[in-house]
Amino acid sequence: MISRFLRHPLGIIGLVLVGIPALAALTSLVWTPYDPLAFAPADRWLPPSPEHLLGTDAGGRDLFSILLVGAQSTMLATLLATAIAVGVGLPLAMTTALASRRIGLVLERGIDVAIAFPTLVLAIILVTSYGASLWVSSLAIGLGGAVVIARTMVPELRGTLASPYVTLATAGGVGVLGILWRHVLPNTAPTLLIRATQLLSVAALAEAGLSYLGFGTPPPTPSWGRTLADLQSQVLVRPEVLIAPSVAITMLVIGFALLGDALRDALEPDQAAAASTRARRLTIRPTPETVTA
Amino acid sequence: MTLLDIRNLTIRIDGRTVVDDVSLTVGHGERVGLIGESGSGKSLTSMAVLGLRPARSELFGSVRVAGIETVGADAAALRALRGKTVGCIFQEPQSALDPLLPIHRHLVAPLRAHGMLPRGAARATAIRLAESVGLPDAASLVRRYPHELSGGQRQRVMIAMAMSTTPRLLLADEPTTALDVTVQARVLQLMSDLVSRSGAGSLLVTHDMAVAASQCDRIVVMQSGRIVETGTPDELISHPRTRYTAELIDAAYATGWQPRRMREAVSA
Amino acid sequence: MSIELFAATGVGMTYPGMSRPALTDVDVRVDAGRHLGIIGESGSGKSTLARILLGLQQPTTGAVTYRGAPLPRTRSREARDFRRRVQVVLQDPFASLNPRMPVGKIIAEPVKALRPQWDASRRALEMLADVELPPDVAQRLPRELSGGQRQRVAIARALAVRPEVVIADEPVSALDVSVRAHVLRLLRRLAAHEELTIVVVSHDLGIIDGLCTDAIVMTEGRIVERGAVSDVLENPTHPYTRELIASVPLLPPRPTQDEGTHHVA
Repeated sequence: MISRFLRHPLGIIGLVLVGIPALAALTSLVWTPYDPLAFAPADRWLPPSPEHLLGTDAGGRDLFSILLVGAQSTMLATLLATAIAVGVGLPLAMTTALASRRIGLVLERGIDVAIAFPTLVLAIILVTSYGASLWVSSLAIGLGGAVVIARTMVPELRGTLASPYVTLATAGGVGVLGILWRHVLPNTAPTLLIRATQLLSVAALAEAGLSYLGFGTPPPTPSWGRTLADLQSQVLVRPEVLIAPSVAITMLVIGFALLGDALRDALEPDQAAAASTRARRLTIRPTPETVTA
Repeated sequence: MTLLDIRNLTIRIDGRTVVDDVSLTVGHGERVGLIGESGSGKSLTSMAVLGLRPARSELFGSVRVAGIETVGADAAALRALRGKTVGCIFQEPQSALDPLLPIHRHLVAPLRAHGMLPRGAARATAIRLAESVGLPDAASLVRRYPHELSGGQRQRVMIAMAMSTTPRLLLADEPTTALDVTVQARVLQLMSDLVSRSGAGSLLVTHDMAVAASQCDRIVVMQSGRIVETGTPDELISHPRTRYTAELIDAAYATGWQPRRMREAVSA
Repeated sequence: MSIELFAATGVGMTYPGMSRPALTDVDVRVDAGRHLGIIGESGSGKSTLARILLGLQQPTTGAVTYRGAPLPRTRSREARDFRRRVQVVLQDPFASLNPRMPVGKIIAEPVKALRPQWDASRRALEMLADVELPPDVAQRLPRELSGGQRQRVAIARALAVRPEVVIADEPVSALDVSVRAHVLRLLRRLAAHEELTIVVVSHDLGIIDGLCTDAIVMTEGRIVERGAVSDVLENPTHPYTRELIASVPLLPPRPTQDEGTHHVA
């Protein structure tokens, strides 16, 4: 499976695109060229140079260092949001799938309604109540993602629960927990993994957006979205400063998306074999094509 | 000139040989059965008659239908062949019929495609075709949609469509496998009647030895892409010349059912 | 005297939203040692009946008992006892086995749940031998096996807990003909050997004739005929049974009656 993944060029690109911010975040934990919080008004708005790779901002702070450290909160928030989404969404999906017809229907409709609720509004509500922070923005995104995960996983879980092998396990005396742990989870994990990876992409963008609006990590802790907001006043004077944070955010978003795609393609053949019922016994369906000798 | 003449047909998919040097013929009015288990290559062989082949496959050899070569033929030649000279019936009628079109549109589609439908005659032709295959209440049935019909009824629609252009060769790939036994009997009978009345030849692909034995004049046995044996049903049953055929026949009798009167009549 | 195992009386089943009931007024009795064939085509309700007998589905009307007691509904000692006594084999060999579980674990799973005092992995290996599969199959995943092999694993799993009854829903319909013959012989042998009663649900008269002593014929949710298999198939009284039997495509009578020797691949 890993070999199949590696054969996918976009997957490798995705891995690299995600790896760079991850590396930046990890590196910045131990070292940055400059202290991103050090106020040095003498060095205000310096252009890029060997000393300051990306130049400095209004307070003389090295933009490169700011970006490196900003990677920490961006990645943390993204991962946290996704973890919340799976941690809340999966149990929700399981409850819905296992519930009786009526309760399951109510839950499904509830999930549908919740999906329609804009994450941004949720973020505003939470920020108003609890103040802006990484935890608040992650929670908002996480809850938004949870219902999406639940929505995708409910039919997946239902399908697996209806499979003959689950019926046979029940007839074989296995209880609900055993069924979930040994039969349902292993067979729905690929779909979950793919969805979670795709969600990482969405979460990264959402996090950047919320940070930009000031709902994420508050100052002075750097974050890419807020950096973009801080620098945007320069757009007419020195637009190039906006490039770096934008590229950074884009890298992360596209990287996760590509990873998700490659993962799906790599796991799909496994899924096809797992899900195949009569597929093998049906006659081959030829594609009408001009025959060549 | 034989109606269907397949010579040295070889099909490879991804380098793997799935049909290996297959040669068989179907004469005018002859009913030939192509029998084999899964993976025998029987479906691929029959699809080659229509010039159909799976993606990423290579096809070698010669397939002549009424003298026209299909291997390497251009799209226009194949279009003229498909649905007109060769009528076909497949296993799963629900995927063959567009669920968004009512039955009468389906029934006249082959005729229309080959310019054989007189103007303004569409509805009347559809009803006539539906009646020809014994569909009850034809006038109202043709207005319904495929999902409103039973599996057996849908298959009858397919048969009507296949026979509507009075094809010289009828190709049927597991036409009754997805049907109930009682429905199967009626559908097979219908096919048999229509074919014999029109004098067409037929190639019936199946895994069921009893079906082949009762419906065909001659049976071709395939295994792993190759032809193992050919003969009349009686020949294969009483004097199989290959071990595989003998095993196949043994298995068919071991798992099949026969009324006692037949069993006793023999040993008497 | 035959011990009564299953007794279903007045069983009816209507699914919500369905126009006609899946089952109406079904009375069935399964006695120990008398293998029962439930003959029917699609829509006859035969599979629904099987599910009800297995306790996987509650009938809307009527009652089912096993050894005189109603089928246990909640998870309890009685429920486990019932599951240990009644096992099932389903039609689709490709969907009957968890694609991510090795074969050995698949067979051992019911043993661990229902016969905790047994050595489950050893029992799994014993069962593999019983169904004529080599022991190294235990480490393989289902996708590495053929349809016939998978069905044998399914049979091994069903018999691993040493049940009294095995309900088999179209056990060989998805298999190639030559493989069918092998599996059929296997089922016959195991049924005789293990003091097992088999209930076969199928439309295939040959399978029913090959495995069962008694038979009932179902159509549209009702039982229309019942009796010994030979009677039902040779002297059917109900028009539906007659039509069913008349529809079966027959092989011509075999000139040399040679049922004892089969060429084994």
